[in-house]
Amino acid sequence: MMEQISTLLTMIKSKDHRWNVIFTICLLPLLGLLIDIIFNNLGSNPIQALHIRLGDWSLRFLGITLAVTPAQTIMHWRGMAEYRKLFGLYSFFYATLHILTYIIVDNNFMWGMIWTDILESPYIWFGVIAYVIVFLLGITTPNAIKKMLGKNWKKLHRFIYLAGIVGVIHYFWQLKGNLAEPLLYTLILFFLLGFRALVEFTRRRLSNMMMPKRME
Amino acid sequence: MIIKTTKSIPSHEITDEKVFKERRTLIKSLLAATVVGNSHSLMAQTNSVKWENLAQSELSAKTLTPTPEKLVKDYTNYYEFSFGKEDSTKLAQPLVIDPWSIEISGEVENAGKFNLEDILSKQTLEERIYRFRCVEAWSMVVPWVGFPLVNLLNMAKPLSTANFVKFTTVEQPDVMPNLRNQSVLHWPYTEGLRIDEATHPLTILAVGMYGDVLPKQNGAPLRLIVPWKYGFKSAKAIVKIELLKKAPLTSWNKSAPDEYGFYANVNPSIPHPRWSQNSERLLGSGFFTSRRQTELFNGYGDQVAHLYNDMDLRHFF
Repeated sequence: MMEQISTLLTMIKSKDHRWNVIFTICLLPLLGLLIDIIFNNLGSNPIQALHIRLGDWSLRFLGITLAVTPAQTIMHWRGMAEYRKLFGLYSFFYATLHILTYIIVDNNFMWGMIWTDILESPYIWFGVIAYVIVFLLGITTPNAIKKMLGKNWKKLHRFIYLAGIVGVIHYFWQLKGNLAEPLLYTLILFFLLGFRALVEFTRRRLSNMMMPKRME
Repeated sequence: MIIKTTKSIPSHEITDEKVFKERRTLIKSLLAATVVGNSHSLMAQTNSVKWENLAQSELSAKTLTPTPEKLVKDYTNYYEFSFGKEDSTKLAQPLVIDPWSIEISGEVENAGKFNLEDILSKQTLEERIYRFRCVEAWSMVVPWVGFPLVNLLNMAKPLSTANFVKFTTVEQPDVMPNLRNQSVLHWPYTEGLRIDEATHPLTILAVGMYGDVLPKQNGAPLRLIVPWKYGFKSAKAIVKIELLKKAPLTSWNKSAPDEYGFYANVNPSIPHPRWSQNSERLLGSGFFTSRRQTELFNGYGDQVAHLYNDMDLRHFF
């Protein structure tokens, strides 16, 4: 086991296989879920467990995506953009499975019931907003579309912050008692967004210092 | 001179030997329940813990298929122990349930502590297959073993001033982690019913399920079951019943009054402020099966709707 892990780490360190290895690792949560489905390991309410776990992973990948830039700044790494893209797409991937599970596995395409459920459940509205954002970011990933959108692409992709916030609210708002886990997500999100605010603040201060000092 | 410091026991309070032996059997069966979870072989040896061929009540839904027992045992909201529905299965086992007595007080003629064995020796247990609908939009079908709550209330002789009934769950902080942490709710857990709800024939005190004694995580040794209300009304491990003039403040109602009302009648057209109550996931139903349409009063409308005839259910949710 240790041997495999060290080979894996060497592979991540060497640039040639890094992307492929990380791409594969991101599929492990799905593999774990499939194993749990096959071995009936999802407890008394397996549909809900499946649904929640997919949602969890979507939110986790969203957090990882947001963590790439701060990590790059702090560790002085370079060229992490392709991984940020990869993680972002995985968040989109797990969010899509989350929603497909809801529509197909849980509700078996009963659109009337689904419609009432969404309409009457404010916590789902936040989930819908988060998904619309992640969906738009996902489909505008290809370079051709990025070029087409020009400056607007960056503006659009800033909405990932909003997706993070409403995603956490979506999680928070459905629970009755246990708030420990969503609180953890909130805290992480707070740091990730706080880091950016701090960077922006420092940048402004520094550029203000650059302004010529005029005598009164 | 001899000063008597203790009263001699009057003969009518001395337990008849036959009754005493019956009690031992009951205690044994209650004890056996504690090992049900981890030792099926032991159960097979004693093989005497189950109530066999119990009378089926007229009010039992004989046509419904009960949810597989294991799912019901491993999916409980017992917040005194844990927020995890599967965690209470293990965590609840150290709960001390023998001996057990229930204090009945308030607006009654005959207040006092009633021993569980004494209560049960006067009751005919019956099976009630009921739907159980959680406020979290999942449901199950459980064959409870119990007796009507009204029978116990009658033992205490309620006064005409008794308008409400308050139920209190046991407090054992040594074994209940969330009591020590003071988490989420104000402990002990309390629930309440209006007297006409409490004395309704559908309202029972359950001591068992699936023909066996209640597992600890499901509310042993004795819990309330009110099938037309959301599950949180059906308090577990009851130690105190008070008859009151005014409505008691109940745990969830106190914690979030906008979200959990005193009545908490199952009603698909009144959503919880954060989620819909229109449909429910029936435990045990497979992947790709749709949810169940939730019924008004959980399907018990014929029997209980008249209790709320003149009430705006939206206001009294």
